[in-house]
Amino acid sequence: MLSTALNSTPPPDPSPVKVSVESVRAWFGTLEVLHGITMPVADRSVTAIIGPSGCGKSTLIRSLNRMHELSEGARIEGRVALDGIDIYGKDVDPVLLRRRIGMVFQKPNPFPSMSVRDNVLSGLRLTGSLRATRAEEVVEQALRDAALWDEVKDRLNAPGIGLSGGQQQRLCIARSLAVSPEVLLMDEPCSALDPIATSRIEDLIHTLKESYTIAIVTHNMQQAARVSDYTAFLLSGDLVEFSETNRLFTSPRDSRTEDYITGKFG
Amino acid sequence: MTAPGQRSRTPERVFYALALLAVVLPLLTLAGLLYGVLQNGAERLSWDFLTSYPSRKPLLAGILPGLVGSFLLMVLTALIALPLGVGAAIHLEEYGKRSRWSRFIELNIANLAGVPSIVYGLLGLGLFVRTLHLGRSLLAGACTLSLLVLPMVVMVSREALRTVPHHLREASYALGATRWATVRQIVLPMAYPGILTGAILALSRAIGETAPLVVVGALTYITFVPDGLDAPFTALPIQIFNWVSRPQRGFVINAAAAIVVLLLTMLVLNGAAIYLRNRLQRKSS
Repeated sequence: MLSTALNSTPPPDPSPVKVSVESVRAWFGTLEVLHGITMPVADRSVTAIIGPSGCGKSTLIRSLNRMHELSEGARIEGRVALDGIDIYGKDVDPVLLRRRIGMVFQKPNPFPSMSVRDNVLSGLRLTGSLRATRAEEVVEQALRDAALWDEVKDRLNAPGIGLSGGQQQRLCIARSLAVSPEVLLMDEPCSALDPIATSRIEDLIHTLKESYTIAIVTHNMQQAARVSDYTAFLLSGDLVEFSETNRLFTSPRDSRTEDYITGKFG
Repeated sequence: MTAPGQRSRTPERVFYALALLAVVLPLLTLAGLLYGVLQNGAERLSWDFLTSYPSRKPLLAGILPGLVGSFLLMVLTALIALPLGVGAAIHLEEYGKRSRWSRFIELNIANLAGVPSIVYGLLGLGLFVRTLHLGRSLLAGACTLSLLVLPMVVMVSREALRTVPHHLREASYALGATRWATVRQIVLPMAYPGILTGAILALSRAIGETAPLVVVGALTYITFVPDGLDAPFTALPIQIFNWVSRPQRGFVINAAAAIVVLLLTMLVLNGAAIYLRNRLQRKSS
Protein backbone atom coordinates (compact mmCIF):
# COMPACT_ATOMS: atom_id res chain seq x y z
CA MET A 1 0.00 0.00 0.00
CA LEU A 2 1.08 3.52 -0.72
CA SER A 3 0.57 4.69 2.85
CA THR A 4 2.96 2.08 4.24
CA ALA A 5 5.58 3.01 1.67
CA LEU A 6 5.44 6.61 2.79
CA ASN A 7 5.38 5.68 6.42
CA SER A 8 8.66 6.72 7.98
CA THR A 9 8.31 5.14 11.42
CA PRO A 10 11.13 2.71 12.16
CA PRO A 11 10.51 -1.03 11.78
CA PRO A 12 9.33 -2.87 14.90
CA ASP A 13 12.61 -4.80 15.28
CA PRO A 14 13.86 -4.10 18.85
CA SER A 15 17.38 -3.16 17.74
CA PRO A 16 17.38 -2.01 14.14
CA VAL A 17 20.75 -1.35 12.58
CA LYS A 18 21.70 2.32 12.48
CA VAL A 19 25.13 1.95 10.96
CA SER A 20 26.14 -1.06 8.96
CA VAL A 21 29.83 -1.74 8.35
CA GLU A 22 30.38 -3.97 5.33
CA SER A 23 33.76 -5.38 4.30
CA VAL A 24 35.64 -2.26 5.29
CA ARG A 25 39.33 -2.26 4.53
CA ALA A 26 41.55 0.67 5.44
CA TRP A 27 45.13 1.68 4.73
CA PHE A 28 47.72 4.15 5.89
CA GLY A 29 49.92 4.44 2.84
CA THR A 30 50.70 0.85 1.95
CA LEU A 31 49.98 -0.51 5.43
CA GLU A 32 46.60 -2.22 5.59
CA VAL A 33 45.21 -1.70 9.08
CA LEU A 34 41.70 -3.11 8.60
CA HIS A 35 41.30 -6.35 6.63
CA GLY A 36 37.60 -6.33 5.85
CA ILE A 37 35.37 -5.64 8.83
CA THR A 38 31.67 -6.41 8.76
CA MET A 39 29.53 -5.56 11.76
CA PRO A 40 26.35 -3.67 12.68
CA VAL A 41 25.95 -0.74 15.05
CA ALA A 42 22.50 -1.01 16.56
CA ASP A 43 20.20 1.98 16.91
CA ARG A 44 19.99 3.61 20.34
CA SER A 45 22.38 1.27 22.02
CA VAL A 46 26.04 1.18 22.85
CA THR A 47 28.46 -0.80 20.72
CA ALA A 48 31.93 -1.20 22.15
CA ILE A 49 35.02 -1.89 20.07
CA ILE A 50 37.80 -3.51 22.08
CA GLY A 51 41.21 -4.91 21.27
CA PRO A 52 44.88 -4.43 22.04
CA SER A 53 46.80 -1.33 20.95
CA GLY A 54 47.29 -1.10 17.22
CA CYS A 55 44.46 -3.50 16.36
CA GLY A 56 42.74 -0.87 14.23
CA LYS A 57 39.88 0.02 16.56
CA SER A 58 40.47 3.77 16.28
CA THR A 59 40.73 3.51 12.50
CA LEU A 60 37.47 1.57 12.45
CA ILE A 61 35.56 4.18 14.44
CA ARG A 62 37.13 6.98 12.38
CA SER A 63 35.89 5.32 9.23
CA LEU A 64 32.31 5.71 10.48
CA ASN A 65 32.33 9.52 10.14
CA ARG A 66 34.90 9.71 7.36
CA MET A 67 37.59 11.12 9.60
CA HIS A 68 40.02 8.39 8.55
CA GLU A 69 40.41 9.85 5.08
CA LEU A 70 41.65 13.15 6.55
CA SER A 71 44.94 11.54 7.54
CA GLU A 72 47.88 11.76 5.20
CA GLY A 73 47.94 8.79 2.79
CA ALA A 74 44.81 7.23 4.27
CA ARG A 75 42.55 5.12 2.05
CA ILE A 76 39.44 3.06 2.59
CA GLU A 77 37.36 0.48 0.75
CA GLY A 78 34.05 -1.18 1.45
CA ARG A 79 30.69 0.16 2.51
CA VAL A 80 29.47 1.94 5.60
CA ALA A 81 25.74 2.50 5.53
CA LEU A 82 23.97 5.03 7.72
CA ASP A 83 20.24 4.32 7.66
CA GLY A 84 20.88 2.19 4.60
CA ILE A 85 22.74 4.83 2.61
CA ASP A 86 26.44 4.36 1.89
CA ILE A 87 28.33 7.24 3.48
CA TYR A 88 31.13 6.71 0.99
CA GLY A 89 28.70 7.14 -1.87
CA LYS A 90 29.53 9.67 -4.59
CA ASP A 91 26.96 12.28 -3.63
CA VAL A 92 27.56 12.18 0.11
CA ASP A 93 29.26 15.30 1.42
CA PRO A 94 31.54 14.24 4.30
CA VAL A 95 31.07 17.65 5.91
CA LEU A 96 27.29 17.25 6.07
CA LEU A 97 27.67 13.63 7.15
CA ARG A 98 29.77 14.62 10.15
CA ARG A 99 26.95 16.83 11.37
CA ARG A 100 24.88 13.67 11.79
CA ILE A 101 27.68 11.70 13.42
CA GLY A 102 29.38 13.39 16.35
CA MET A 103 32.75 12.40 17.74
CA VAL A 104 34.45 12.59 21.12
CA PHE A 105 38.21 12.16 21.18
CA GLN A 106 40.68 10.44 23.42
CA LYS A 107 42.09 13.63 24.88
CA PRO A 108 39.55 16.28 25.91
CA ASN A 109 39.98 18.99 23.28
CA PRO A 110 37.79 22.00 24.01
CA PHE A 111 38.74 25.00 21.88
CA PRO A 112 41.25 26.85 24.06
CA SER A 113 40.29 30.33 22.92
CA MET A 114 36.61 29.86 23.78
CA SER A 115 34.50 30.06 26.90
CA VAL A 116 32.37 27.16 28.11
CA ARG A 117 29.36 28.69 26.34
CA ASP A 118 31.21 29.33 23.08
CA ASN A 119 32.59 25.80 23.11
CA VAL A 120 29.07 24.41 23.27
CA LEU A 121 27.97 26.73 20.48
CA SER A 122 31.10 26.22 18.37
CA GLY A 123 29.59 23.45 16.27
CA LEU A 124 26.61 25.59 15.35
CA ARG A 125 28.84 28.58 14.61
CA LEU A 126 31.24 26.51 12.54
CA THR A 127 28.38 25.16 10.48
CA GLY A 128 26.72 28.55 10.23
CA SER A 129 23.50 27.26 11.75
CA LEU A 130 23.35 29.20 15.01
CA ARG A 131 20.24 31.25 15.57
CA ALA A 132 21.06 33.89 18.16
CA THR A 133 17.66 33.73 19.84
CA ARG A 134 18.08 30.05 20.59
CA ALA A 135 21.68 30.20 21.79
CA GLU A 136 21.02 30.20 25.55
CA GLU A 137 18.50 27.41 25.21
CA VAL A 138 20.91 25.27 23.19
CA VAL A 139 23.72 25.84 25.68
CA GLU A 140 21.62 24.82 28.66
CA GLN A 141 20.10 21.80 26.96
CA ALA A 142 23.42 20.46 25.67
CA LEU A 143 25.13 20.97 29.03
CA ARG A 144 22.24 19.30 30.84
CA ASP A 145 22.36 16.38 28.42
CA ALA A 146 26.08 16.07 29.08
CA ALA A 147 25.45 16.16 32.87
CA LEU A 148 27.60 19.26 33.19
CA TRP A 149 25.06 22.05 33.62
CA ASP A 150 25.00 22.15 37.42
CA GLU A 151 28.76 22.36 37.62
CA VAL A 152 29.29 25.13 35.09
CA LYS A 153 26.06 27.15 35.01
CA ASP A 154 27.72 29.93 37.02
CA ARG A 155 30.82 30.14 34.87
CA LEU A 156 29.59 29.84 31.32
CA ASN A 157 31.90 32.67 30.34
CA ALA A 158 35.00 31.12 31.90
CA PRO A 159 37.47 29.50 29.49
CA GLY A 160 36.62 25.91 28.61
CA ILE A 161 40.15 24.73 29.28
CA GLY A 162 39.88 25.97 32.86
CA LEU A 163 37.63 23.02 33.73
CA SER A 164 38.91 19.73 35.13
CA GLY A 165 39.77 16.95 32.70
CA GLY A 166 36.51 15.09 33.28
CA GLN A 167 34.48 18.28 32.93
CA GLN A 168 36.37 19.14 29.74
CA GLN A 169 35.46 15.77 28.29
CA ARG A 170 31.80 16.28 29.17
CA LEU A 171 32.06 19.75 27.64
CA CYS A 172 33.28 18.08 24.45
CA ILE A 173 30.30 15.74 24.63
CA ALA A 174 28.00 18.74 25.07
CA ARG A 175 29.67 20.38 22.11
CA SER A 176 28.91 17.31 19.99
CA LEU A 177 25.33 17.07 21.24
CA ALA A 178 24.64 20.74 20.47
CA VAL A 179 24.63 20.04 16.74
CA SER A 180 22.00 17.28 17.32
CA PRO A 181 23.78 14.30 15.82
CA GLU A 182 22.13 10.90 15.50
CA VAL A 183 25.23 8.87 16.20
CA LEU A 184 27.94 9.58 18.75
CA LEU A 185 31.38 8.08 18.26
CA MET A 186 33.70 7.95 21.25
CA ASP A 187 37.36 7.14 20.78
CA GLU A 188 38.66 6.05 24.19
CA PRO A 189 36.88 8.97 25.86
CA CYS A 190 38.05 8.07 29.36
CA SER A 191 41.67 7.11 28.78
CA ALA A 192 42.91 10.47 30.02
CA LEU A 193 40.55 10.61 33.02
CA ASP A 194 40.67 9.47 36.63
CA PRO A 195 38.29 6.73 37.88
CA ILE A 196 35.70 9.12 39.29
CA ALA A 197 35.52 11.21 36.12
CA THR A 198 35.41 7.95 34.16
CA SER A 199 32.41 6.65 36.06
CA ARG A 200 30.57 9.93 35.47
CA ILE A 201 31.13 9.59 31.73
CA GLU A 202 29.97 5.98 31.86
CA ASP A 203 26.77 7.00 33.68
CA LEU A 204 26.30 9.64 31.01
CA ILE A 205 26.68 7.05 28.24
CA HIS A 206 23.89 5.05 29.85
CA THR A 207 21.57 8.06 29.68
CA LEU A 208 22.64 9.13 26.21
CA LYS A 209 21.90 5.80 24.57
CA GLU A 210 18.19 6.45 25.03
CA SER A 211 18.45 9.16 22.40
CA TYR A 212 21.64 8.43 20.48
CA THR A 213 23.38 5.54 18.80
CA ILE A 214 26.77 5.20 20.42
CA ALA A 215 29.93 3.47 19.32
CA ILE A 216 32.79 3.52 21.79
CA VAL A 217 36.38 2.42 21.42
CA THR A 218 37.99 1.35 24.64
CA HIS A 219 41.08 -0.51 25.73
CA ASN A 220 39.39 -1.13 29.05
CA MET A 221 37.43 -4.39 28.99
CA GLN A 222 35.63 -3.69 32.24
CA GLN A 223 34.40 -0.46 30.71
CA ALA A 224 33.13 -2.25 27.64
CA ALA A 225 31.35 -4.74 29.87
CA ARG A 226 29.81 -1.98 31.98
CA VAL A 227 28.56 0.40 29.27
CA SER A 228 27.89 -1.56 26.11
CA ASP A 229 25.12 -3.71 24.71
CA TYR A 230 27.22 -5.15 21.90
CA THR A 231 30.95 -5.68 21.71
CA ALA A 232 33.30 -6.17 18.80
CA PHE A 233 36.73 -7.65 19.45
CA LEU A 234 39.40 -6.64 16.97
CA LEU A 235 42.82 -8.18 16.61
CA SER A 236 45.44 -7.03 14.09
CA GLY A 237 42.85 -5.49 11.82
CA ASP A 238 40.47 -8.45 11.84
CA LEU A 239 37.11 -8.69 13.57
CA VAL A 240 37.54 -11.78 15.73
CA GLU A 241 34.16 -11.76 17.37
CA PHE A 242 31.03 -9.66 17.53
CA SER A 243 28.12 -10.39 19.79
CA GLU A 244 26.02 -9.14 22.65
CA THR A 245 28.32 -7.88 25.36
CA ASN A 246 27.07 -10.37 27.96
CA ARG A 247 27.65 -13.30 25.68
CA LEU A 248 31.07 -12.11 24.54
CA PHE A 249 32.37 -11.74 28.07
CA THR A 250 30.74 -14.86 29.58
CA SER A 251 30.96 -17.37 26.77
CA PRO A 252 33.21 -16.19 23.96
CA ARG A 253 33.14 -18.39 20.87
CA ASP A 254 36.70 -17.71 19.78
CA SER A 255 39.64 -18.83 21.88
CA ARG A 256 41.52 -15.60 21.07
CA THR A 257 38.66 -13.58 22.54
CA GLU A 258 38.79 -15.71 25.66
CA ASP A 259 42.55 -15.25 25.94
CA TYR A 260 42.19 -11.50 25.58
CA ILE A 261 39.33 -10.99 28.04
CA THR A 262 40.97 -13.24 30.61
CA GLY A 263 44.11 -11.18 30.35
CA LYS A 264 46.43 -13.71 28.71
CA PHE A 265 47.63 -11.01 26.33
CA GLY A 266 46.88 -7.42 25.40
CA MET B 1 86.60 18.10 45.62
CA THR B 2 82.99 17.89 44.64
CA ALA B 3 80.61 16.30 47.08
CA PRO B 4 78.94 13.03 46.05
CA GLY B 5 75.99 13.56 43.74
CA GLN B 6 77.23 17.02 42.79
CA ARG B 7 78.67 17.79 39.44
CA SER B 8 81.26 20.43 38.87
CA ARG B 9 79.60 23.78 38.36
CA THR B 10 82.35 25.17 36.16
CA PRO B 11 80.82 24.34 32.74
CA GLU B 12 77.58 25.89 33.90
CA ARG B 13 79.33 29.12 34.87
CA VAL B 14 81.24 29.27 31.60
CA PHE B 15 78.06 28.82 29.63
CA TYR B 16 76.31 31.47 31.68
CA ALA B 17 79.13 33.93 31.03
CA LEU B 18 79.07 33.23 27.30
CA ALA B 19 75.31 33.70 27.14
CA LEU B 20 75.60 36.96 29.05
CA LEU B 21 78.28 38.15 26.66
CA ALA B 22 76.05 37.30 23.72
CA VAL B 23 73.40 39.61 25.14
CA VAL B 24 75.64 42.43 26.32
CA LEU B 25 77.77 42.76 23.20
CA PRO B 26 74.96 43.57 20.74
CA LEU B 27 73.32 45.81 23.32
CA LEU B 28 76.54 47.79 23.76
CA THR B 29 76.94 48.12 20.01
CA LEU B 30 73.39 49.35 19.69
CA ALA B 31 73.84 51.77 22.55
CA GLY B 32 77.01 53.11 20.92
CA LEU B 33 75.19 53.63 17.66
CA LEU B 34 72.28 55.34 19.33
CA TYR B 35 74.59 57.57 21.33
CA GLY B 36 76.47 58.50 18.16
CA VAL B 37 73.44 59.49 16.12
CA LEU B 38 71.75 61.20 19.02
CA GLN B 39 74.83 63.26 19.80
CA ASN B 40 75.16 64.24 16.17
CA GLY B 41 71.54 64.69 15.28
CA ALA B 42 69.94 66.01 18.45
CA GLU B 43 70.54 69.63 17.54
CA ARG B 44 68.58 69.26 14.30
CA LEU B 45 65.60 67.41 15.76
CA SER B 46 62.66 69.76 15.76
CA TRP B 47 59.13 70.03 14.44
CA ASP B 48 60.44 72.03 11.48
CA PHE B 49 62.81 69.24 10.59
CA LEU B 50 59.87 66.83 10.35
CA THR B 51 57.66 69.15 8.35
CA SER B 52 60.10 70.74 5.91
CA TYR B 53 61.04 69.76 2.40
CA PRO B 54 64.63 69.02 1.40
CA SER B 55 66.76 72.03 0.62
CA ARG B 56 70.22 72.88 -0.59
CA LYS B 57 70.79 74.62 2.72
CA PRO B 58 71.24 71.99 5.44
CA LEU B 59 69.63 74.11 8.15
CA LEU B 60 66.43 74.55 6.14
CA ALA B 61 66.22 70.95 4.97
CA GLY B 62 63.61 68.60 6.39
CA ILE B 63 62.37 65.06 5.90
CA LEU B 64 58.66 65.50 5.23
CA PRO B 65 58.61 63.77 1.80
CA GLY B 66 60.73 60.90 3.10
CA LEU B 67 58.63 60.47 6.21
CA VAL B 68 55.35 60.52 4.31
CA GLY B 69 56.83 58.34 1.57
CA SER B 70 58.04 55.74 4.06
CA PHE B 71 54.68 55.72 5.81
CA LEU B 72 52.73 55.30 2.57
CA LEU B 73 55.12 52.62 1.35
CA MET B 74 54.63 50.70 4.54
CA VAL B 75 50.85 50.90 4.47
CA LEU B 76 50.74 49.84 0.82
CA THR B 77 53.25 47.05 1.39
CA ALA B 78 51.17 45.78 4.29
CA LEU B 79 48.01 45.89 2.17
CA ILE B 80 49.68 43.95 -0.64
CA ALA B 81 52.01 41.55 1.14
CA LEU B 82 49.93 40.51 4.15
CA PRO B 83 46.82 39.16 2.39
CA LEU B 84 48.98 37.47 -0.24
CA GLY B 85 51.46 36.04 2.25
CA VAL B 86 48.94 34.86 4.81
CA GLY B 87 46.75 33.48 2.03
CA ALA B 88 49.66 31.55 0.57
CA ALA B 89 50.54 30.22 4.00
CA ILE B 90 46.96 29.08 4.59
CA HIS B 91 46.92 27.35 1.25
CA LEU B 92 50.22 25.58 1.83
CA GLU B 93 49.48 24.58 5.42
CA GLU B 94 45.78 23.86 5.46
CA TYR B 95 44.90 22.86 1.93
CA GLY B 96 48.13 21.64 0.41
CA LYS B 97 49.01 17.99 0.53
CA ARG B 98 52.47 16.97 1.68
CA SER B 99 53.95 16.22 -1.67
CA ARG B 100 57.24 16.67 -3.45
CA TRP B 101 55.76 19.71 -5.09
CA SER B 102 54.94 21.38 -1.77
CA ARG B 103 58.40 20.61 -0.41
CA PHE B 104 59.83 22.14 -3.57
CA ILE B 105 57.77 25.28 -3.04
CA GLU B 106 58.78 25.35 0.61
CA LEU B 107 62.47 25.17 -0.26
CA ASN B 108 62.11 27.91 -2.82
CA ILE B 109 60.32 30.25 -0.46
CA ALA B 110 63.08 29.77 2.10
CA ASN B 111 65.58 30.50 -0.65
CA LEU B 112 63.74 33.62 -1.79
CA ALA B 113 63.89 34.98 1.75
CA GLY B 114 67.67 34.98 1.42
CA VAL B 115 67.90 36.67 -1.97
CA PRO B 116 69.69 40.05 -1.71
CA SER B 117 67.28 42.96 -1.72
CA ILE B 118 68.97 44.58 -4.71
CA VAL B 119 67.88 41.61 -6.81
CA TYR B 120 64.29 42.32 -5.82
CA GLY B 121 64.91 45.90 -6.83
CA LEU B 122 65.99 44.77 -10.28
CA LEU B 123 62.97 42.50 -10.54
CA GLY B 124 60.74 45.40 -9.51
CA LEU B 125 62.36 47.64 -12.09
CA GLY B 126 61.84 45.11 -14.84
CA LEU B 127 58.39 43.93 -13.84
CA PHE B 128 56.55 46.85 -12.27
CA VAL B 129 58.31 49.94 -13.58
CA ARG B 130 58.83 48.81 -17.16
CA THR B 131 56.65 45.81 -18.10
CA LEU B 132 53.57 46.91 -16.18
CA HIS B 133 54.27 50.58 -16.90
CA LEU B 134 53.83 51.67 -13.31
CA GLY B 135 56.74 54.05 -13.73
CA ARG B 136 58.91 55.24 -10.89
CA SER B 137 55.88 55.48 -8.67
CA LEU B 138 54.87 54.84 -5.11
CA LEU B 139 52.93 51.79 -6.24
CA ALA B 140 55.93 50.30 -8.03
CA GLY B 141 57.99 50.84 -4.89
CA ALA B 142 55.40 49.21 -2.67
CA CYS B 143 55.00 46.25 -5.02
CA THR B 144 58.76 45.74 -5.00
CA LEU B 145 58.94 45.87 -1.22
CA SER B 146 55.99 43.47 -1.06
CA LEU B 147 57.90 40.96 -3.17
CA LEU B 148 60.83 41.40 -0.85
CA VAL B 149 58.93 40.66 2.35
CA LEU B 150 56.50 38.10 0.94
CA PRO B 151 58.71 35.03 1.57
CA MET B 152 59.19 36.11 5.15
CA VAL B 153 55.47 36.69 5.69
CA VAL B 154 54.69 33.27 4.19
CA MET B 155 57.25 31.48 6.32
CA VAL B 156 56.30 33.15 9.58
CA SER B 157 52.59 32.65 8.93
CA ARG B 158 53.10 28.97 8.18
CA GLU B 159 55.06 28.63 11.38
CA ALA B 160 52.22 30.30 13.29
CA LEU B 161 49.61 28.05 11.66
CA ARG B 162 51.67 25.00 12.56
CA THR B 163 51.56 25.85 16.25
CA VAL B 164 47.80 25.28 16.28
CA PRO B 165 47.43 21.68 17.50
CA HIS B 166 46.10 19.21 14.96
CA HIS B 167 43.54 17.76 17.37
CA LEU B 168 41.66 21.09 17.37
CA ARG B 169 41.25 20.91 13.60
CA GLU B 170 39.97 17.35 13.99
CA ALA B 171 37.49 18.48 16.65
CA SER B 172 36.23 21.10 14.23
CA TYR B 173 35.93 18.71 11.28
CA ALA B 174 34.14 16.19 13.49
CA LEU B 175 31.53 18.84 14.26
CA GLY B 176 30.79 19.07 10.56
CA ALA B 177 32.80 22.19 9.85
CA THR B 178 34.22 22.84 6.41
CA ARG B 179 37.91 23.45 5.95
CA TRP B 180 37.36 27.15 5.50
CA ALA B 181 35.19 27.48 8.63
CA THR B 182 37.85 25.60 10.57
CA VAL B 183 40.60 27.87 9.30
CA ARG B 184 38.63 31.04 9.92
CA GLN B 185 37.08 30.27 13.30
CA ILE B 186 39.55 27.90 14.95
CA VAL B 187 42.98 28.06 13.35
CA LEU B 188 43.42 31.72 12.39
CA PRO B 189 42.36 33.22 15.74
CA MET B 190 44.97 31.08 17.47
CA ALA B 191 47.63 31.88 14.89
CA TYR B 192 47.03 35.65 14.78
CA PRO B 193 49.58 36.63 17.43
CA GLY B 194 52.34 34.75 15.64
CA ILE B 195 51.31 36.03 12.22
CA LEU B 196 51.17 39.57 13.54
CA THR B 197 54.64 39.37 15.03
CA GLY B 198 56.03 38.09 11.77
CA ALA B 199 54.18 40.71 9.76
CA ILE B 200 55.64 43.50 11.86
CA LEU B 201 59.15 42.14 11.58
CA ALA B 202 58.68 41.92 7.83
CA LEU B 203 57.34 45.47 7.61
CA SER B 204 60.19 46.75 9.76
CA ARG B 205 62.51 45.25 7.25
CA ALA B 206 60.62 46.88 4.40
CA ILE B 207 60.73 50.32 6.00
CA GLY B 208 64.49 50.11 6.41
CA GLU B 209 65.25 48.97 2.87
CA THR B 210 67.14 51.31 0.57
CA ALA B 211 68.70 49.35 -2.26
CA PRO B 212 65.56 48.09 -4.03
CA LEU B 213 63.99 51.54 -3.87
CA VAL B 214 67.06 53.14 -5.38
CA VAL B 215 66.90 50.67 -8.23
CA VAL B 216 63.17 51.11 -8.74
CA GLY B 217 63.82 54.82 -8.95
CA ALA B 218 62.84 56.56 -5.78
CA LEU B 219 63.98 60.14 -6.08
CA THR B 220 66.40 61.63 -3.64
CA TYR B 221 65.24 65.18 -3.92
CA ILE B 222 61.57 65.94 -4.12
CA THR B 223 59.85 68.95 -2.75
CA PHE B 224 56.34 67.61 -2.54
CA VAL B 225 54.41 64.88 -0.80
CA PRO B 226 53.18 62.01 -3.04
CA ASP B 227 49.58 62.73 -3.98
CA GLY B 228 48.64 59.39 -5.50
CA LEU B 229 49.73 55.84 -6.18
CA ASP B 230 51.38 56.91 -9.42
CA ALA B 231 53.32 59.80 -7.87
CA PRO B 232 57.09 59.82 -7.62
CA PHE B 233 58.30 59.34 -4.08
CA THR B 234 61.20 59.13 -1.72
CA ALA B 235 61.67 57.35 1.58
CA LEU B 236 63.55 57.98 4.79
CA PRO B 237 66.44 55.56 4.17
CA ILE B 238 66.98 57.12 0.76
CA GLN B 239 66.99 60.60 2.20
CA ILE B 240 69.56 59.43 4.74
CA PHE B 241 71.65 57.75 2.08
CA ASN B 242 71.59 60.94 0.06
CA TRP B 243 72.58 63.17 2.93
CA VAL B 244 75.49 61.11 4.22
CA SER B 245 77.02 61.13 0.76
CA ARG B 246 77.15 64.95 0.73
CA PRO B 247 80.38 66.67 1.73
CA GLN B 248 78.87 69.40 3.92
CA ARG B 249 78.91 68.78 7.66
CA GLY B 250 75.35 70.13 7.98
CA PHE B 251 73.90 67.31 5.89
CA VAL B 252 75.69 64.68 7.97
CA ILE B 253 73.95 66.14 11.00
CA ASN B 254 70.66 66.02 9.11
CA ALA B 255 71.31 62.36 8.30
CA ALA B 256 71.90 61.58 11.96
CA ALA B 257 68.66 63.32 12.92
CA ALA B 258 66.78 61.41 10.21
CA ILE B 259 68.24 58.16 11.51
CA VAL B 260 66.88 58.99 14.95
CA VAL B 261 63.44 59.58 13.43
CA LEU B 262 63.61 56.30 11.49
CA LEU B 263 64.64 54.36 14.59
CA LEU B 264 61.88 55.95 16.64
CA THR B 265 59.32 55.14 13.95
CA MET B 266 60.38 51.51 13.98
CA LEU B 267 60.33 51.44 17.76
CA VAL B 268 56.78 52.78 17.81
CA LEU B 269 55.75 50.24 15.16
CA ASN B 270 57.28 47.30 16.97
CA GLY B 271 55.86 48.51 20.26
CA ALA B 272 52.40 48.72 18.77
CA ALA B 273 52.79 45.23 17.37
CA ILE B 274 53.84 43.77 20.69
CA TYR B 275 50.96 45.53 22.42
CA LEU B 276 48.49 44.19 19.86
CA ARG B 277 49.89 40.71 20.10
CA ASN B 278 49.70 40.64 23.87
CA ARG B 279 46.12 41.83 23.74
CA LEU B 280 45.21 39.12 21.24
CA GLN B 281 46.99 36.51 23.30
CA ARG B 282 45.17 37.53 26.46
CA LYS B 283 41.91 37.31 24.60
CA SER B 284 42.69 33.83 23.35
CA SER B 285 43.89 32.27 26.60
